[in-house]
Amino acid sequence: MPRAHVYGDHVDTDVIIPARYLNTAAPAELARHCMEDIDAAFIDRVRPGDIVFAGENFGCGSSREHAPVALRASGVAAVVAASFARIFYRNALNVGLAILECPEAVGRVSPGDEVEVVPASGRIANLTTGESWIAKAFPAFIQGIIEQGGLVPYTQAKLATPDREAGHV
Amino acid sequence: MGMTQSQKILARHADLATVAAGDLIEARLDLVLANDITGPPAIEVFRQTGATRVFDPGRVLLTPSHFAPNKDIKSAEHCRLMRDFAAAETLEHYYELGEERAGIEHVIVPELGLAAPGDLIIGADSHTCTDGALAAFATGVGSTDLGCAMATGSTWFRVPDALAVELVGEPAPWITGKDVILELIRLIGVDGALYASLEFQGEGVAALSMTDRLTICNMGIEAGAKNAIMPADQVTLDWLRRHAPARHAASDFVIETADPDARYRRRVRIDLSRLEPVVAWPSLPANGRSISASAAENVAIDQVVIGSCTNGRYADLALAARLLRGRRVARGLRCLVIPGAQSVWNRLLADGLMQDFVAAGCIVSPPTCGPCLGGHMGVLAAGETCVSTTNRNFVGRMGHPESRVWLAGVPVAVASAVTGRLTGPVEAELDPAAFSELRAATSGAGLEGLMPAAKGVH
Repeated sequence: MPRAHVYGDHVDTDVIIPARYLNTAAPAELARHCMEDIDAAFIDRVRPGDIVFAGENFGCGSSREHAPVALRASGVAAVVAASFARIFYRNALNVGLAILECPEAVGRVSPGDEVEVVPASGRIANLTTGESWIAKAFPAFIQGIIEQGGLVPYTQAKLATPDREAGHV
Repeated sequence: MGMTQSQKILARHADLATVAAGDLIEARLDLVLANDITGPPAIEVFRQTGATRVFDPGRVLLTPSHFAPNKDIKSAEHCRLMRDFAAAETLEHYYELGEERAGIEHVIVPELGLAAPGDLIIGADSHTCTDGALAAFATGVGSTDLGCAMATGSTWFRVPDALAVELVGEPAPWITGKDVILELIRLIGVDGALYASLEFQGEGVAALSMTDRLTICNMGIEAGAKNAIMPADQVTLDWLRRHAPARHAASDFVIETADPDARYRRRVRIDLSRLEPVVAWPSLPANGRSISASAAENVAIDQVVIGSCTNGRYADLALAARLLRGRRVARGLRCLVIPGAQSVWNRLLADGLMQDFVAAGCIVSPPTCGPCLGGHMGVLAAGETCVSTTNRNFVGRMGHPESRVWLAGVPVAVASAVTGRLTGPVEAELDPAAFSELRAATSGAGLEGLMPAAKGVH
């Protein structure tokens, strides 16, 4: 069963993946150093399918897409946070890391709790305590990008219909 | 309901009469940019889209800035990949190390005249918000967004709401743009402007040089902002006249102003005349304290860094050089000076200011982001302390996770370099006449107007 890894507010992308490792973009190499500056044991503890819980402004700082890539490659299935920094938000959608905004869940999950997250429905459950929540839904446009399989298919469709470059979406 | 300055720029690039906060839009881009860390993954994504050419070779800027000059073999491979792509796509704005137009993206974009009022710019670097100093909408994105934008010349945006930051008064002695932005982040916090525009307004803006404005907008991201933007005024137009003469002559730009009934999430007021130099303590840019309170803590400093996309422009380094004239870096301390662009380096040499750095015992590096992100050229050991004119002091940002970084403007950095501890310019007895002289020279067009100008992309 997936376990929770719990952090506070303002987890920045420099601690998610320190810049000293950015001489590569290879996911497996980045994963080896994920979170090491604030939680050196994370990479030994994390199991495929685990969930990261955090407070406000998760992923603030540098625009490095290597941060959601490193989390995903380390086995993290989803990040649940009270809020996300905006560049990280876009990057996570673009690299296929599930993110769920749910301030209610923050503080109600302890490290090592058994948890269950269903990104498609937004359902978050703490199986250890029996509590559950529903995350804030994505706008339909963004849900559409997720369902298409990310920004590349969306862009391919845009290239095929050039008049889609301006206006409401 | 009225629109903010930022919303008007987005609306025009989306061919819409009005937009409102929360709208999702597609908008055309005037410039897209990336560096040697974010560029290679963006190029990979660009290829996945199936596009055969970048949307406009004159509107894509790639620059080797972060791990360049190549810090190791892997970095060298990334830089080569980007260089080869730039050549294959005949990009107008790829400059090799050593060329006068080369340098850190957020220093060269304004200098080359590639940002102008009303422009819409995205960059695969969070500090792309710097270009808002020219009254443009500029924001950072990741590599996938950038790679797709290289293919189409457009991207999607969620229209942001905004905070209004009213600047009043004339700056107090020793106050630079760095103090203004560190004070603002102290007031609103590192997520105080999350998803929002930071729109600077008020009579105090007129007293700020373009260098100060670029420093202020540069760190908008440290408050979580989507973009930071200044109004356009005579300082802006003088800058354009020198750096983008063709666009200036043709009035090829659009000055947008917020509607009188534009709604703001929050209003913040900063009186420039009441500021004291601000230092952000480890490990968040929001941990601002006055220099007098900071100096009282008697923090011994191992390294000082003067440069970066935040404070690596000619006016920043000319100020540092003049303040260091006749002084010596404290024994046992390393003072790294890093011009943000080759043109800055060249001009410091031509003006004789390089001699001030050398005589004071500084190390002068080629332009690079290097130590700011703990990459190379000045990485910190465990327990080491650093006063830096850069933009982030997160855990491990400049090296070992147990190193500590204090963010400050140029006067505090120089003062700390000569005393060996976290100190202000008054205590270090830096020359106030040199500061006033440099401020006068760099206000408005001033010294900055003499920077080399490039032909515009437009």
